[in-house]
Amino acid sequence: MVELLAQTGLNAVYAASYISLVAVGLVLIFGVMGVVNFAHGELFMAGAYAVVALYADMHVPFFVAVAIGMAFVGLLGLLMEWALFRPLKDNPLGGLVASIGFLMILQSLAVMGFGVRMEHIPPVTQEVVRFTEKVGLPVARLYVIVAAVVFLSALWYFLKRTRFGWALRASAQDPEAAALQGISITQTARIAMFIGAALAGVAGALTAPLVSVNPHMGHSVIVTAFIVIIVGGVGSLEGAILASIAYAFVHTFVTTFWDGVLADIVGLSLMLIVLIVKPTGLFGSADRA
Amino acid sequence: MRNLLIFVLGSVALIALPYGLSFSQQEILVFLVINVLLVTSYRLMTLTGEWSLGHVVIMGVGAYASALYTKELGIYVPVSMILGAVTAALLAVLLSFPLFRMKGFYFLIGSFAAGEIIRLIWKRFREPFGGVRGISGIDPMPDFSIGIYQFDFFEPVSYYYFAGFIVIASLWVLWRIEKSPVGLTFHAVHWQDKLAQASGVNLRAYRTLAFAIASGFAGLAGALQAHYVGTVNPNSFDIEVMVFVLTWAIVGGTATFYGPILGCIVLTVLNEIVLREMGLEQARPLIYGAIMILSILFLPDGLESLVQKVTRRKSAPKPEEKAAT
Repeated sequence: MVELLAQTGLNAVYAASYISLVAVGLVLIFGVMGVVNFAHGELFMAGAYAVVALYADMHVPFFVAVAIGMAFVGLLGLLMEWALFRPLKDNPLGGLVASIGFLMILQSLAVMGFGVRMEHIPPVTQEVVRFTEKVGLPVARLYVIVAAVVFLSALWYFLKRTRFGWALRASAQDPEAAALQGISITQTARIAMFIGAALAGVAGALTAPLVSVNPHMGHSVIVTAFIVIIVGGVGSLEGAILASIAYAFVHTFVTTFWDGVLADIVGLSLMLIVLIVKPTGLFGSADRA
Repeated sequence: MRNLLIFVLGSVALIALPYGLSFSQQEILVFLVINVLLVTSYRLMTLTGEWSLGHVVIMGVGAYASALYTKELGIYVPVSMILGAVTAALLAVLLSFPLFRMKGFYFLIGSFAAGEIIRLIWKRFREPFGGVRGISGIDPMPDFSIGIYQFDFFEPVSYYYFAGFIVIASLWVLWRIEKSPVGLTFHAVHWQDKLAQASGVNLRAYRTLAFAIASGFAGLAGALQAHYVGTVNPNSFDIEVMVFVLTWAIVGGTATFYGPILGCIVLTVLNEIVLREMGLEQARPLIYGAIMILSILFLPDGLESLVQKVTRRKSAPKPEEKAAT
C-alpha cells in the first residue's frame, strides 16, 4: 500500500510538471494580453507532432527535436499574436473566437499531415530510476520534471530580475501606465506570446513519447489548464503552479483508486466550487502575471 | 398585403425546399432546422449579457430526458418531447444558483464546467444513461396523417415538415418574448444593470428567467434531434458542438433576431454542402476555422451588419446594440 501511494505520488509529480508548463503559459498570455487562448492545447499538440516528425520520422536526436519543436511552437505563438490577437485587441470575445478558429486549423493540419491515427514514437530511453523494487520513475518522465523546474525557474528569474520581465509585469498590471513609461505594449505582448506558446510546445514535445499523440489530444490539455488557472486564480503564475500540483495529485489519486472519468468530474467540481466560493482563485491576488 | 405575400411565398419556398435536394442533403436540412432553434434560444440567453458554454449540454439534457421518458416510462413521444424541454428548463433553474454568482469570463468557464460535469455523469453512469455508448433505439415519432399529408417519419422530408413547424412556432414564441416588456427588461439587465436594479428590477430573477426559457427551447431542440436520430450519446453534445453554436451566433451577429439564424444557415450550407461537394473532406475544419478568423477580423458586427447595410432600415440599430457583437 505504501508503495502504491509512493508510486502514485511520483506519477502525480510528473503530471504536475507538464500541466504547470501549459498552465503558466496560458496565464502569462492572459495576464499580458487579456485574451483566453483556446488554442493552447493545440500548441501542446503541435509540440508533440514536432517530435513525431523530427525524432520518430527523421531520426533527429530527441533533445534537438524538442528544442526545434519548442522554437517552432513559440513562432506559432508570434504568428497568433500578429495575425489574431493584435488586430482584435479591443474585442475580447473576438480573440476567443479567433483562437478557436486557429485551433481548428492546427487540428486539421495535423490530420492532413499525419492522419487521425495515434502516432507511435520509439521510446527515448527505457531506463527507470528505482527507489524500491516496486517504486520507480522512468527517466523519460524525469526529463519532463527537470524541464518544468528549469524552465519555470528561468521564467521566474526573467520576470523578477530582468528589465524585460519588469516591463512585462508592468504592462500586465496596467497597460496604459506602462505605455506612458515608454514600454512597448506590442513588444511585451510578443514576448509573452512567444514564451507562453513555447512552454506549451516544450511540454508537448517532451511528453510526446509518453502519451498517445493524436490530432485531438489538445482537448483534455486545455480543459485541465482551465481548471488549474481558475483554481489558482486567473493571472497568478504562482497560483497556477501550486494549483497544477494540487490538481495533479487529486486527479492522479482518484484515477488510480477509482477511475479517470470520475477524476475528471472531481476536478471540474473543484473548479466550480472555487468559482462559487472564491472566484479570484485559491491563491489569487489583485496583481497579474 | 405585401407582408401576406411574403408570408405565402416564404411558406411555399420552405415547403418546396426539400424536393430539390438529395437524400443526404434532406437529412442535413432536418439538422439545420433543429440548429436554428438551438442558436435562436442561445441568443435569448445572450440578451442578458451572459455567454454560456453549456448550452449544447442543456440541449442534451432535453434529448436524454425525452429519450428516457419514452424508454423507461413509456410516455407518448410528443408529450415526452415537451417534458424533455421542461426538464432542461428546470435544470437551468437549478444551475442558476451556482452559476449566477459569476459574471462574464467566470460565467463562461463556470457554465463550461457545469456542462462538462453533466456530460461526464452521462458517460460515467451506465444506469440509466448508458455510459459512453449512450441510449439507442429511441422510439421514433409515431406516424400520423393530417388529411392532405401523410407523415412517415422514416422520411427526412416528413420530419423536416414536423420539426420545421415546431421550430417556427418556437421562434414565434421567442420573438414575442423578446418584444414583450420582459424581453426589454432582458436588454436593460445587460446594458443598464445598475439603472434597472435601481428601478426595482430583480436582476437575478430576470437572468434566471432568460436562462430557463433559453434552456427549455434548447431542450426541445435536443428532443427533436433525439427522436429523429434514434440515439443519444455524451460525445454528440461536447464542446466542439458548442463551438459551432458559438460561431453561428458570432459570425451571424447577435444584435438582431435573425443574425444567429443567418449565421447558422450560411455556415451550415457552406460547411456541409459546398465544402463537402468540393470533396475537401479533411480540409473542412481548416477552411471553417479560416472563415471564423476572417469573419471576426473583417466583419466584427456579423453577417447581419451586411444585411442592415443593404436594407438601410428606417429604425437604425441603437449604438448600444451594435456593441453587443
